[in-house]
Amino acid sequence: MSRISEKFQELCAKKEKALIVYLTAGDPSLAVTKKLIPALESAGVDILEIGVPFSDPTADGPVIQAAAQRALKTGTTLAGVLQLVREVRKSSQIPIVLFGYFNPIFAYGTEKFSYAARRAGVDGILVVDLPPEEAEELRQYTDRAGIDFISLIAPTTDQARLCRIAAHAAGFIYYISITGITGTAAPDIASIRSEVGKIRAVTDLPVAVGFGISGAKQAGRIGCFADGVVIGSALVKLIHENRNKAALIKIVAGYIKSIKEGLRQNSLC
Amino acid sequence: MKTMPDKNGHFGIFGGRYAAETLMPALIKLSEAYRAVKNDKAFRKEFAYYRKDYAGRETPLYFAAGMTKALGGAKIYLKREDLNHTGSHKINNTLGQALLARRMGKKKVIAETGAGQHGVATATVAALFGMVCRIFMGEEDIRRQAANVFRMKILGAEVVPVASGTATLKDAMNEAMRYWVSSVRDTFYIIGTTAGPHPYPQMVRDFQSVIGRETKRQIQKAAGRNPDALIACVGGGSNAMGMFYPFRNEKNITLYGVEAAGLGLATGKHSASIGAGKVGVLHGNKTYLLQDDEGQVRDAYSIAAGLDYPGVGPEHAYFHATGKVEYKTVTDEEAIAAFSFLSRKEGIIPALESAHALAYAMKIAPRMAKNKIIVVCLSGRGDKDAQTIIEANLL
Repeated sequence: MSRISEKFQELCAKKEKALIVYLTAGDPSLAVTKKLIPALESAGVDILEIGVPFSDPTADGPVIQAAAQRALKTGTTLAGVLQLVREVRKSSQIPIVLFGYFNPIFAYGTEKFSYAARRAGVDGILVVDLPPEEAEELRQYTDRAGIDFISLIAPTTDQARLCRIAAHAAGFIYYISITGITGTAAPDIASIRSEVGKIRAVTDLPVAVGFGISGAKQAGRIGCFADGVVIGSALVKLIHENRNKAALIKIVAGYIKSIKEGLRQNSLC
Repeated sequence: MKTMPDKNGHFGIFGGRYAAETLMPALIKLSEAYRAVKNDKAFRKEFAYYRKDYAGRETPLYFAAGMTKALGGAKIYLKREDLNHTGSHKINNTLGQALLARRMGKKKVIAETGAGQHGVATATVAALFGMVCRIFMGEEDIRRQAANVFRMKILGAEVVPVASGTATLKDAMNEAMRYWVSSVRDTFYIIGTTAGPHPYPQMVRDFQSVIGRETKRQIQKAAGRNPDALIACVGGGSNAMGMFYPFRNEKNITLYGVEAAGLGLATGKHSASIGAGKVGVLHGNKTYLLQDDEGQVRDAYSIAAGLDYPGVGPEHAYFHATGKVEYKTVTDEEAIAAFSFLSRKEGIIPALESAHALAYAMKIAPRMAKNKIIVVCLSGRGDKDAQTIIEANLL
């Protein structure tokens, strides 16, 4: 069983929901990213999504676009991100999902990447611009390497497509909570609840919800019916705004703790 | 011969549909809608009507006697796409897509634009069919193609400046795709070139193929035979694909696609994705891309805003890989020389994009026998470039 599945099982046993966070590797630098990760983990993050920066992030809003640009300016590469994962693995068993776009992986070599990522300690991969129709060219290797190929479901995904995607999904299902790009709109909780219900009807995999979630209350409400929530842009923004402060790690940890607390507030349900 | 692309939009290893899940259902629906109208008589009739009575087709195939004489070699014919309504071949495609959008019940359209020609052609059809229109354009392009920005605004379109990246065509397309992700339920994205996710490369090719179909007929009438060479500029590659596609199975004809070498391939400041790129994935399709070893897309450069794009349509990638088309490059300097040359010899001011194709004709025509025939796709007129030429003191 993968670290991702184990984590969801462990949380389920405790009747807790997964706090999944996204951060762009290399923003402001890989060294800072490396320092942030253990702090995120001890503040309550269950699964880490590490963003691999890409020059043309067409599914991302302004916050993550800018973060990717900064990360690229400081020389962040896919090889560098894998090195980061290797170093994190020396002291942590937190499930790690790489999140990004296909071209950097394609340039690295899909087969070479899959095995290198596995060896580094990557547990899952989420490639925004690799829908099931095109996924095979990467998935044939990630499956063999033992990496969960995480599938996305959008509000626009119809039932037939949902069934097809769910049948081949691994790790967890990532439900995109808004018809839009990352971090740009507040999701409508009632409609997410109904969509998550539809997903549950066709799969036993855990369902996580992301895109546009930033507050503890929001997280708590979504946690009532989903297995996990993803915080992305809000964290990336917080890191950027406080990048020069000595208290950066403390500020980030405080924010994560508040979200985690929100997730534990069953009173919201 | 196998029909390309396959049902998922692949041309060999190229093309495809590398898009965010949010867009996938819309792309699939669009493929279905396009398949339905492709052979629908009423649609074809409607499309033909607007092409003729509104856009002014067919466009002439003009024998450029002055240019031919000055070069002293092969006979040069110009396919006068510059004479279309709005001044370029772009209207061929926007009419087709807008008619399709109307059939699909979409009342809002968006588009990306580089030189502004596609933006103007989109704003035009949006006005014609009463659609709300939003055009994404890089800030750098807004500056260098100001005349087209005014035209779009006059036509009632909103021009959205894009500041990210190099603020040119690639970034405009990124932003248009982001906007589309958020508005996909009621908005039709009119992509201007033979790139993007399936079915765009196929659909734009089919809508632009009128260029080659007419040329085939016209050259038969004028010369009683096929030309020996066809030349067209290639950015994303829509005018070239429109010209080449109907000739793709003809023998004894050489097809030349001309990419922008900018300041020279060696300087790295160019837009020659086939000439100097590697295979990769951008904007929904797999094709040749200007990129670094890490798979980060590099900035393209060309004096011609419409060629300033780091990718190329996937079918061009396929034509290159299979040797069907020869891809060449022409520098800014050569294109500017051709721009002046045509203006002075024929009284036709070509778009700087089209000037790349002309420049390549100027290279090969003198080496060809006088009984040989070259057809150059004069994809657009150059009024929009007056400012660039004058600002840079290039006359």
